[in-house]
Amino acid sequence: MIYKVIGKDEFRKLIEGLIESNETFGPRQVDTGKDGQPIYQFRKVDSFDDLELDYNYTASSLKNFFLPFKELLSRYAFTDDDWEQGIEYRVNPRVIVGARACDINALNKLDDIFIRGAFPSPYYMARRNNTFLIGMDHMPPEDCFCESLGELTVRQGFNLFCTDLGDRYYLSINSSKAFNFLKKVKTSNPTAEDDRKWIERRQLIKSSFQTEVETDELPDLLDIEFSSPIWKKWGDKCLNCGVCAMVCPTCYCYGVEETIDVSLKQARKERQQYSCTVVDFAEVAGGHNFRPLKEDRLKYRYYHHYHGFAENADQQICVGCNRCGRACLPGINPKDVINDLILESGDDV
Amino acid sequence: MTFKIPKQDINFKPFMNRPPDYKLKHEIMRTDRVYKCEVINIIELTAEEKLFHLKIIDPAERAIFHFRPGQFLMLEVPGFGEFPISISSSSNNQEYIALCIRKVGRGTEILHRARMGSRVGIRGPFGTSFPMEEMVGHNILLVAGGLGLAPLRAPLYWVNEHRDQYRDVSLLYGTKDPSSMLFTYQYEQWRTVNRIRLMTIVDRPDENWTGRVGLITELFKEIEIDPLNTYAIVCGPPIMFKFVCNHLDSLGIPMNRMFVSLERRMHCGMGKCCRCMVGSTFTCVDGPVFDYWSVMNLKEAI
Repeated sequence: MIYKVIGKDEFRKLIEGLIESNETFGPRQVDTGKDGQPIYQFRKVDSFDDLELDYNYTASSLKNFFLPFKELLSRYAFTDDDWEQGIEYRVNPRVIVGARACDINALNKLDDIFIRGAFPSPYYMARRNNTFLIGMDHMPPEDCFCESLGELTVRQGFNLFCTDLGDRYYLSINSSKAFNFLKKVKTSNPTAEDDRKWIERRQLIKSSFQTEVETDELPDLLDIEFSSPIWKKWGDKCLNCGVCAMVCPTCYCYGVEETIDVSLKQARKERQQYSCTVVDFAEVAGGHNFRPLKEDRLKYRYYHHYHGFAENADQQICVGCNRCGRACLPGINPKDVINDLILESGDDV
Repeated sequence: MTFKIPKQDINFKPFMNRPPDYKLKHEIMRTDRVYKCEVINIIELTAEEKLFHLKIIDPAERAIFHFRPGQFLMLEVPGFGEFPISISSSSNNQEYIALCIRKVGRGTEILHRARMGSRVGIRGPFGTSFPMEEMVGHNILLVAGGLGLAPLRAPLYWVNEHRDQYRDVSLLYGTKDPSSMLFTYQYEQWRTVNRIRLMTIVDRPDENWTGRVGLITELFKEIEIDPLNTYAIVCGPPIMFKFVCNHLDSLGIPMNRMFVSLERRMHCGMGKCCRCMVGSTFTCVDGPVFDYWSVMNLKEAI
């Protein structure tokens, strides 16, 4: 990794140059919540002033740029007795500015599945390869717990990462593309003073977390407490709406559906984001449902997030952004569920 | 000042002459593209089940399609959907692939309307297989319930083709009623030509049924099992697994010599959609064939 320091005016020039020549997305306020707080989302930006880089969090994650809610997998063109399959995965280059460390870490976890997994997904790879990602650090919102999961810092999966030092940014440069762009604007090598400020900033962020979740023992605990009554307690609240999976930066489960065009000449095969809390998630032909109860499905989601990948790829896939907790209508959030689980296992002793 | 980001296209070149190497980026496309097949034969087994013989149309594609007993493929009926089906033919059969399909959902219902010459697509093969080489020199016990005979037909073909390498082979097969019994036209051949001890049982007999009546576990009373020299393969409805596996376990067959083939909902076959997750494992990548020890470790597996 190469490090540089850039003044905020020069940074503005860099971003303006990127916006001018590429489709660029960044955090923008889209609405105001009931509590009067602004609601942010990643949206297309036309100028640097559209960006609200001081945003606390976006309601949806970056995931949807790489795994769209609905994505065309292939087309079928029908002739009299035959059909032809057409597959295409071309994506125009684009820039995303202002991604948070936890969101980039979430993408790295998705890379493990969709790029480094047994069967790489060309659809995902096309989107990932054609995205120029600029990350930016931030002070944690009060309900985030990414520090507990070790997702506070990020060292890969982005092109450029900015640490705010007040009047300038400390840049971590992770791609030749970013390095070459930076040649055209004024940057300098970090001084000892910059390094000191960088460490101070990192420490300040680390010490500002207000929510902590104990996750080290979770893989074992989830196995041990598989039939714990707390799953019924939280499962009963669940509405099976699936919103947690929609906003989650790492939930990637999906369903595939095919629709025939009204002309009967064409069909589309589409991938659609799905949620494991939806009733028919594990239902097989003939009507047998392997997870018929709400608590089974909720438990499965926690299992997948905090245990599943400990066995599969040695990692938990939750990054601690608490988007699911904020979005959940009946108020199921990971912090409370996990704490309950830990308390429950304590009661047994 | 402009900073134009160059476009990167993933190589579109498809492979042709050899099996796909999924580590190579330009070959990954195959995972989404189907092999086009023609339905060359349809055998009506029961009122609900038909056996389809599919022939991959492209000779080059046909030459590279290899599978092992126990693996499955994703069958695509363009415009209607895709579903996982276990392969019921011999893995030596280079001409066609046999799939035993029950009319049970939207996709399979459409497929049942297929005629000779209809064209469908397949992706695969996917998943793990039965360790047929490891079983050499041992007795083999196949236990099937209902449609569970379909995935066991591939290992059975393997055994029949290498019959001298295996010792006693038994097939226990139970169904709800006599009319839902599959592959009845082959029983005589299996018994006499392949020297397989085939025992059948039905739960609800009709007036013509002269055989055994009861649940499949009844059959265990009639056979001697040498637990230390036997490999067991079990496939059937979820409730059957529990009773059969528990019984075999109590006999003392080592857990790593008992294999089950699990059924789950699948949308991709490639470890992506998560619909087939059991506990923390994908049925499509780490299964569908699991040994009993793995199954014991998977939450809510059977």
